[in-house]
Amino acid sequence: MDMQVKKKLGLKEKYALMTRNLGWEPSYEKREDVYPLLDYEGIKIHDWDKWEDPFRLTMDSYWKYQAEKERKLYAIIDAFNQNNGHLNVTDARYINAMKIFLSAVPSLEYNAHRGFARLGRHMGGVGPQVACQMQAIDEIRHCQTQIHSISNYNRFYNGIHDWKYMNDRLWYLSVPKSFFEDACSCGPFEFIIAIGFSFEYVLTNLVFVPFVSGAAYNGDMGTMTFGFSAQSDEARHMTLGLEVIKFMLEQDPANLPIVQKWIDKWTWRGVRLLTIVAMMMDYMLPKRVMSWKEAWEIYFEQNGMSLFKDLARYGIKVPDCVEQIKKEKDHLSHQAWTTFYAAAPMTNFHTWIPSDDELDWLSSKYPDTFDKYYRPRFEFFREQAEKGERFVNPNLPQLCQVCQIPMLFTEPDDPTQIAYRQVEHAGEKYHFCSDHCQHIFEHEPEKYVEAWLPVHQILQGNCFAKGDDPTAPDFNPIASVMKWWHLENGKDNGDFAGSEDEKNFAQWRGMATSNT
Amino acid sequence: MQIDLRTVSIKPLRNTFDHLVRRFGDKPASRYQEGSYDIQADANLQYRPTWDPEHELHDPGRTAIVMADWYAFKDPRQYYYGAYTLARARQQESAESSFEFVESRGLLAQMDEATRALALAVLMPLRHAAWGANMNNTGMCADGYGTLITQPCMYHAMDNLGVAQYLTRLGLLLGDVTTLDAGREAWLNDVRWQPLRRLVEKTLVTQDWFELFVAQNFVLDGLLYPLIYEQFVDKHLNAHGGAGVSMLTAFMGEWHGETRRWIDSVIKIAAAESDANKALLTEWTRQWRGAAVEALSPIAQQALGDTAADVLATVDQSFNDRAAKLGLTL
Repeated sequence: MDMQVKKKLGLKEKYALMTRNLGWEPSYEKREDVYPLLDYEGIKIHDWDKWEDPFRLTMDSYWKYQAEKERKLYAIIDAFNQNNGHLNVTDARYINAMKIFLSAVPSLEYNAHRGFARLGRHMGGVGPQVACQMQAIDEIRHCQTQIHSISNYNRFYNGIHDWKYMNDRLWYLSVPKSFFEDACSCGPFEFIIAIGFSFEYVLTNLVFVPFVSGAAYNGDMGTMTFGFSAQSDEARHMTLGLEVIKFMLEQDPANLPIVQKWIDKWTWRGVRLLTIVAMMMDYMLPKRVMSWKEAWEIYFEQNGMSLFKDLARYGIKVPDCVEQIKKEKDHLSHQAWTTFYAAAPMTNFHTWIPSDDELDWLSSKYPDTFDKYYRPRFEFFREQAEKGERFVNPNLPQLCQVCQIPMLFTEPDDPTQIAYRQVEHAGEKYHFCSDHCQHIFEHEPEKYVEAWLPVHQILQGNCFAKGDDPTAPDFNPIASVMKWWHLENGKDNGDFAGSEDEKNFAQWRGMATSNT
Repeated sequence: MQIDLRTVSIKPLRNTFDHLVRRFGDKPASRYQEGSYDIQADANLQYRPTWDPEHELHDPGRTAIVMADWYAFKDPRQYYYGAYTLARARQQESAESSFEFVESRGLLAQMDEATRALALAVLMPLRHAAWGANMNNTGMCADGYGTLITQPCMYHAMDNLGVAQYLTRLGLLLGDVTTLDAGREAWLNDVRWQPLRRLVEKTLVTQDWFELFVAQNFVLDGLLYPLIYEQFVDKHLNAHGGAGVSMLTAFMGEWHGETRRWIDSVIKIAAAESDANKALLTEWTRQWRGAAVEALSPIAQQALGDTAADVLATVDQSFNDRAAKLGLTL
């Protein structure tokens, strides 16, 4: 028998022994060689031991809890697939929201995975290193469970058959791609403010609520279950984001202006990225959860603002861009959907004109703007379509050098005027959708001149299918670019009405619900 | 007898994603394939990383190893996150019952004081070595190229942390906080541990991530785990009433056996790719093996006394045999 009476260790003490007690100060190698990334961004950390663990999870419990969640999730995905669950969604238009999700989001999660691995190696203390490592492994979970939840849709519907290839090439997907590659190419402190704080903490609800609640509202049990299963991971990620920002601000007053600049930048970058989510909520879910404007008001104007109130004691101010976002909330989704509708031949999902019911819903949710500015556009589109002259924008749009979104946003105070900003740098002209994107560029022009802008690349001839000859008399540049994107013309793109998706869904649902 | 249950059967338009069809042909893909192949961005990367402007964000040029296809490194365990956590959850369950069993039967009391002290003296400093391995594998995940090899590095890193935490629990069970402190003190200052710490710190500043893979996973742990967990714990301590310790470190032995299959496959595939790769791997293995054997020898001495030199020679020899089987000529 062990006769010693041992001092009972507290949870916090025990966790410290399981984590930070494992590290040591190197003496055979220089600390700055072991941790070479800590100084160059100008952030000053004096005492890594002051780090407060945002959660305490040892590996054995991590494996146990996560495996339980995985077991449940995959059981439900399997059942959903086996039972042709895709035929139980509200209406096949819904599946287009999942096409956007798969095209854009797993790649974001993947980059977060690699980015947090970098921090897991390079942060200056075991506490934050372990927290970042757990996020790194969680993020690959999210990437993979998303692919696995949605892959069955690919077997039955068009548009996502080459999602990863398209993610590196297709025009609108450069928006999410450039966002995360921007963050991953930053130093460790900016990365964690960008992703851990601005994205995970301030904006995550605005991604999760639309997609996951959207799935729940529209009968998509697979995606819904993925979302619920990721929720407890997300809660951990949010507490990490908050802890990091407090830690940086408490360590040295000189960190404040740097952190503030990053918050300003990444709040704006994040909100611009959410444009497509706004559109998805208001236009693509047959059964709506709430309007984008309502989501924005709850999750940003109420919850987000109370967070900024908490941070005010450190001197953090609400980012300036919030004023503009407030003005845009009445316009954003409508401007985005009309842009995608007009670009329908070049997207890997289908678009449509909202039904009368849906137009009325939009009018009621956006009483100040919809009837005045946007309903007439949809009525015009509909008239054109009925005449057999479906409206298509024949031009390649100009893209913003920073957010890479086509110039579709209007002036904050004039919804009839498209906003353009222009800056000259090293003899070249650069264009922006807004003051905020312009300021981001002006602060780091050497970074943003490197942007891979799809439209520029197309115009420079870098996006034609292999073997196509641009000098041939019958060369069709658009067809060649679509081929290079691996976009199947007539199947992946264009109107939902008359699409193979529409036809197949109706036929299969018939087979599953009747005897004819 | 089979019961013929029916579901409405609809013929799908396609079996799987195009990038998998291009690799494996037009057939249904496994979850490992869907979740791993080609999912790292590999075209039109947007900005040069500020932390390494010489390279792109994901860049095969961060190692001297050259591969025509970085997705050649199929993990023989086919671990994606779900398969990985399920495997580890089963192992932690059996580790948990070992801890319970050892505690409830008072198995540790069978050891005499000298054996107990020796077990702790050898095992406690290794918490820190495992942390070094964790940092290195996390770094390989960050710097590596292609999900097929970066993904298992992340799992391996978390396993290294798990090992450090099982050792911590063992220390607290067999001793108390001062036991951990003593191990730490030895890691930092005891002359017998300094060669190993020096070596681990050298891995922490090694830039080429594939060389680091060779140094940490293939060579150092390829020698350390057999020496410590097979030879010292399972044989030596067992023979001196230390079966309890052997039960508490069962995870490490089992884990080393499992992960070895993956590590061997990585070395084998990279070596088979080209003579240049093979020469590099041979050179790295030779250098790091020499340093590792030297660093482990005072620890072997402390652990095994008179038999240390023979045992270490045996471990070294079986490592060389292993390397030879993978195509390296040391």
